[in-house]
Amino acid sequence: MTAPGDAVGQDGAPALEAKNEFELRVGLSRNVPEMTIRTGLATGEIGFLHSFTTGSAVDGPGIRLVAWTAGCMFRCRFCHNPDTWTMTNGLPVPFERAVEELRTYAHGLRVMGGGLTLSGGEPLMQARFAARLFAAAKAMRVHTAIETNGFYSDRLSDAELQDIDLVLLDMKGFTPEQHEQVSGVRDNQRVMAFGERLARLRRPMWLRFVLVPGLTGIPEEMAKLAEYAAGLGVVERVEVLPFHQMGAYKWARLGIDYSLEAAQPPSAEQVEAAVSIFRAAGLNAC
Amino acid sequence: MTESRLKPSPATTEQKLPPFAPGLWSREIDVRDFIQQHVTPYHGDEAFLAGPTERTNALWAHLQLLFAKEREKGVLDISRIPSTIVAHDAGYIDKDLEVIVGLQTEAPLKRAIMPNGGFRMVLTSLKTYGYKPDPAVVETFTKYRKTHNEGVFDAYTDAVRRCRSSHILTGLPDAYGRGRIIGDYRRVALYGVDRLIAAKKAEKAGLDDAWSTDEIIRDREELSEQIRALGELKVMAAKYGYDISGPATTAREAVQWLYFGYLAGVKEQNGAAMSLGRTSTFLDIYFERDLASGALTESQAQEIVDDFVIKLRIVRFLRTPEYDDLFSGDPTWVTESIGGLGDDGRSLVTKTSFRFLQTLYNLGPAPEPNLTIWYSPRLPEGFRRFTAKVAIDTSSIQFESDEIMRREWGDDGAIACCVSPMRMGRQMQFFGARANLAKCLLYAINGGRDEVSGEQIGPPFEPVQGDYLDFDDVLDRYERMMDWLAETYVSAMNVIHYMHDKYAYERIEMALHDYAPFRTMAFGVAGMSVVSDSLSAIKYAKVKVVRDETGLVVDYVTEGAFPVFGNNDNRVDHLAAWLISTFMEKLRKHPTYRNAKHTQSVLTITSNVVYGRATGNTPDGRRLGEPFAPGANPMHGRDSHGIHASAASVAKIPYRDAEDGISLTTSIVPAGLGRTRDDQITNLTAILDAFFGSTGYHMNVNVLNRDTLIDAMDHPEKYPSLTIRVSGYAVNFVRLTREQQLDVINRTFHGT
Repeated sequence: MTAPGDAVGQDGAPALEAKNEFELRVGLSRNVPEMTIRTGLATGEIGFLHSFTTGSAVDGPGIRLVAWTAGCMFRCRFCHNPDTWTMTNGLPVPFERAVEELRTYAHGLRVMGGGLTLSGGEPLMQARFAARLFAAAKAMRVHTAIETNGFYSDRLSDAELQDIDLVLLDMKGFTPEQHEQVSGVRDNQRVMAFGERLARLRRPMWLRFVLVPGLTGIPEEMAKLAEYAAGLGVVERVEVLPFHQMGAYKWARLGIDYSLEAAQPPSAEQVEAAVSIFRAAGLNAC
Repeated sequence: MTESRLKPSPATTEQKLPPFAPGLWSREIDVRDFIQQHVTPYHGDEAFLAGPTERTNALWAHLQLLFAKEREKGVLDISRIPSTIVAHDAGYIDKDLEVIVGLQTEAPLKRAIMPNGGFRMVLTSLKTYGYKPDPAVVETFTKYRKTHNEGVFDAYTDAVRRCRSSHILTGLPDAYGRGRIIGDYRRVALYGVDRLIAAKKAEKAGLDDAWSTDEIIRDREELSEQIRALGELKVMAAKYGYDISGPATTAREAVQWLYFGYLAGVKEQNGAAMSLGRTSTFLDIYFERDLASGALTESQAQEIVDDFVIKLRIVRFLRTPEYDDLFSGDPTWVTESIGGLGDDGRSLVTKTSFRFLQTLYNLGPAPEPNLTIWYSPRLPEGFRRFTAKVAIDTSSIQFESDEIMRREWGDDGAIACCVSPMRMGRQMQFFGARANLAKCLLYAINGGRDEVSGEQIGPPFEPVQGDYLDFDDVLDRYERMMDWLAETYVSAMNVIHYMHDKYAYERIEMALHDYAPFRTMAFGVAGMSVVSDSLSAIKYAKVKVVRDETGLVVDYVTEGAFPVFGNNDNRVDHLAAWLISTFMEKLRKHPTYRNAKHTQSVLTITSNVVYGRATGNTPDGRRLGEPFAPGANPMHGRDSHGIHASAASVAKIPYRDAEDGISLTTSIVPAGLGRTRDDQITNLTAILDAFFGSTGYHMNVNVLNRDTLIDAMDHPEKYPSLTIRVSGYAVNFVRLTREQQLDVINRTFHGT
């Protein structure tokens, strides 16, 4: 059948509907001029979005609208959305159009104790767009959350951080060696520094940790992360996310070598063991 | 017998129980007033509830054996005596174990024949299950006594017959009981039968001065039948050793009296839906009084409710396999309305509201009785959270908007079937199945010819010309075809209900209504999202027609993208709203039997499969035979932005043009509701608060387990909007490959 529009909608505004949100999305901004991309990034006038969904109960508190941005500087081996690594895979969405769409859900998001979560990709690759969108959401009294790896956190000012009610900080590893092993990037000082900055500013955060047996399921690593997180004093919750293989097909279709072909999702016992490491540090983990 | 198990015995209790304060309810038949004066709203949580007693477990275990036999044979047994209120002797599951007594026939799960609705259906059903009818009964119903079914076909027009056979009108109640009438069974408990007979006699006497027109003659005859049925109700109760001429005193008696009223109804009618009404809060008043006086413990109170619900779970009707095909399984729609607010803003949630829901734990999950929450974000938090918990644990309850229904139908309404609201004891509906609006669109394109058979069913307009569909041209033709369909539909309904009143009148159910109740005629539509997406395709993309050698348009090639219903996109959502309002407007043009008010539902919770099977290719890309989405749902797989967006689309359907209900079924995997159990309950409560705090009308929450997910692989149409979600990732289940689906199932339910 002819699928719902993934091109241009009424009045030439980009239709935000994806063909479907989990389908591989590639090259949606292929034809956007380089100038437009650069200007858009610099001003936040345009965001490059992989997709968005409503009704999520697993991306922060309450029932949320989640928008996934395109573009990431990490190459995590367990990534389930590798099509979000490249910015030009995203749909170019004018800032005003994104705000208009958010507005239609604002009331419901407030009633449902939810809000807007910007995830990715790495939202701070498009820090201007993110900051403007969060400010607009706060103006609508909508709760805001960002799921980030923290690497580009210095792109947000302290004032801009005030517009983010909750930071979901994805931590890949404690030692630089482990961080590189998982994400391809050795320097995790910037991530650690972001946590400490949030602690100084007393901004609430959740820590997220993807549990991949054989890759991240290292007790000493988790214990050190737990110690670090507990020391911050602003970590409200630690979520141990069990690895899954639902993104494997995307790696295959994109022609990228996938190193976790044989990896198994953790058992319930393994998840519980990881959770208990974080709990042992006095954290609220689940 | 059972009295000895409930201490102290009713005789001594009676003396100790304080009388209910008199009021309007004691001068007139007014159950609502009784509830308003005596209700004890409960604001706590479920901690007080009791588990099943040994007795309940033993009785339920006894039935499990019978259920297994029934599943094996299709039906356990059939009584060949035409059923009436008094036709069968008293029957028991296990007399010593039953706290509440009464069965439809003399044995549990033994089904009765009810020929007044239609003898043909009786004969077919008997034959299907290998039973021979009693020759005397055959003679009676072929020689001496006409049935509803025969009456209807004597008066059907040729157009109605054509519409029936082409399935543009489907599920018309012309071969069996129409159902969807709820007797106010609470009256039996509150007043006793003698008082009700006296009131009916007074109503009838009030007509003595009225001139004997058709209407008045019919009313007098109906009232006489009602009085006779009430007399039979007493006789039926006496067979079980009860005298129900006076009011019930204890809680157990109140439940027993009320159940006798309902039982009389299901002994005499095999309606498509035989709903119970709004009984739990009424009964709570008796439970509160017994508990306060020490006559009952919480465990005993729960035991009575459990036993009552067991009885409701074993209501059975004899039906044909075709019927079961249409309605998926063997439903009876014993709907019980729970919760809601009073007009004064007080909650009507009581401890017995909780006790009814607790039966899903004590007896295990079950579709019947159809426990229906009248939901408002203003209900007490403890109750809202408990309903969310029950939905997650059992997937056995549905939710409807107390806000919308109370505004329209008052604070003592109940649901018949799935979504049809009515005032208890003051209102009834003429049930009317569904018109297939998707097929109607295809008729408009083909000048009234059926797209599957090629036969001329509708009026012979000129079919569309040219290779491409033009939106304005199609809309103009569609309006004219809907004019014809609406006219034919109302005509069919008038015939059906005229004959049902004449040959299969619901004597006992109507005896438990006020005289001259408010009547609605409930039309229905199927295929809303197919039509709105098709119109959207014609408007926003290019749709090329494919004709067969006879010139019939049999397929469509759609070029380009178009918005689809279920994504909160006004461009197409407004087409759906337009469709519902337009068809309603056309129905209203044609006067109804007994001046019933026209209403409409967007329902089809299960029959969407059958409607789809009979409908050809549609311009939205749906293929011939492919199921429609249920009710007002988006087509499966097309709502790609989550539940908030799809619910927002559905909430745009105007209730004023769909007063018989707008149904949304949503599928959720528990893990998708949150990472912890507490999160899951909080989040489902939040979804319900938001949906029913806006213009949402109905939500079926389908919480899936491993087995239902496996079923969803083969029957995606049954699990709409099913999104599998983990943090940062979401997939629409029906769009995954089979391997991916299996992976999800193993991942979501690993270790279980």
